[in-house]
Amino acid sequence: MLEPLQEAFMQRAIAEIALIGLAGGALGCWIVLYELSYAAESLAHSIFPGLVIASLAGIPLLLGATPAIVIAALAIALAARAPGTSRDVGVAVVVTTMFGLGVLLALSPDSPPGVESLLFGDILGPSDSDLAAAAVLALAVPIALWVLHPRLLARGFDGASARALGVSPARIEALLLVLLAAATVVAVQGLGNLLVVAVLVGPAAAARQLTKRIVPMLLLAAAIAVVAGIAGLYVSYYAGTAGGASVALAIVAAYLLALPAGRLLALRPAGRPQPAATIL
Amino acid sequence: MPGQPLIEAEGLAVGYGGPPAIAGVSFALAAGERLALLGPNGGGKTTLMRAVLGELRPAAGRLAVNGRCGTVPQTERSRLDYPVSALDVATMGALPRLPWWRRPSREDRRGALAALERVGLGDRAEQTFGELSGGQRQRVLIARALVQDAVVLLLDEPFSGLDNASAAALETLIGELAAEGRGIVVATHDLDQARRSDAVLCLNRRQIAVGPADRVLDRAALEATYGGDIVEIPAGGGQAILPSHHHHH
Repeated sequence: MLEPLQEAFMQRAIAEIALIGLAGGALGCWIVLYELSYAAESLAHSIFPGLVIASLAGIPLLLGATPAIVIAALAIALAARAPGTSRDVGVAVVVTTMFGLGVLLALSPDSPPGVESLLFGDILGPSDSDLAAAAVLALAVPIALWVLHPRLLARGFDGASARALGVSPARIEALLLVLLAAATVVAVQGLGNLLVVAVLVGPAAAARQLTKRIVPMLLLAAAIAVVAGIAGLYVSYYAGTAGGASVALAIVAAYLLALPAGRLLALRPAGRPQPAATIL
Repeated sequence: MPGQPLIEAEGLAVGYGGPPAIAGVSFALAAGERLALLGPNGGGKTTLMRAVLGELRPAAGRLAVNGRCGTVPQTERSRLDYPVSALDVATMGALPRLPWWRRPSREDRRGALAALERVGLGDRAEQTFGELSGGQRQRVLIARALVQDAVVLLLDEPFSGLDNASAAALETLIGELAAEGRGIVVATHDLDQARRSDAVLCLNRRQIAVGPADRVLDRAALEATYGGDIVEIPAGGGQAILPSHHHHH
């Protein structure tokens, strides 16, 4: 059990997944509640060309991913304004274009090997700057979620009356997307373009099965992400499977376990006596 | 200023950029008064409420609102799987008076609990909003408006989907809140609810009539409001209005 902890690379991998899980798990609750899972996956895919260019240029992935995600977000906003184009279609067109562009670059003869680490991440080999970025994310996301919490809650509950409560739905959504973009560009190092969405959606979806309150859901999702992430690394260590994929599958396993667990919790009688039936 | 109406509209027209959705609306709502907005779906009830809330600007005419407004939207459309308690929802009423970085305080939550007690749901504060009955959900949203210190309550079809007992209890609560000096606007297409209000405003893209129910609600006004969808119920059952199912959104 403790053997993997002796290895320096495992210590770093565990630190990386714990930091990413903490931020991604909690943030993911709002992604799930705001029904932005598809947007989250799309944003992750659309930064692929940025990652390839960064890797070709030998600069940190973050420097390639950040402009790519901004371009993708702007392109989606523009595409959705074309007549007869729904937001869905805009997202699909932009993501396919960006991802295709990335593949084109990645498969050119000049490209260095190792494209698969951009697609599937390199959770077992984070650099010092990767770890530092993950640490900043793990600090900044919970603080932002803490400050924005009441307004995120009000907007998610009912967008129309949020405005009457002095909460601008558009501003809240924009802030949430900024947090999502930040989490994506940081977490993509560990989990890659194709798997990063797992840490954003899986733990939150699992936590939602287990509780009917937002704050426990946020804490639970962060905990599930961290525990499942570390479990995935252990599987990878002992079974020799790919790191990022093992983490993603461990998160999916946590969700599948949460489904029956949630049913059992729902069947359990309430802890305190319910008041007698009332008319209303 | 005592005696000043809470809402005053004169020749009001409101729209969404194109031709006005409602026009020629003139009325006043006094403190303690219950006004029913009667009209078909798409007739402009919600548009008028949004104008009162300040979300839509008058395209013509004048609209003065003297006091804080609280809105009680239809709960049929709200998400019942959302992970909030009744107390969480009522506490949202504290948000308008807080700067964007401030969270509701313990004091605010105490105020929200008191508001839930006021609407008869003190013992349901910790229950999940979506698990409450339709009438209870309406009451939670009224409590949220009370936390806002709203002196004008705008209720959008509050009785739709409620059983008789729930509707009667809700109506009693609305009467009490009016008696405390609030102005209440209730959008409805229920003729009986409208008759029991202090005043009725018939609205079908324009103002058909406004005034006390017994003076306003005659056959001509109803036919103009509902475009002739009035049927006589045989064997002395009186009249009924066939609700229009054309949704204009």
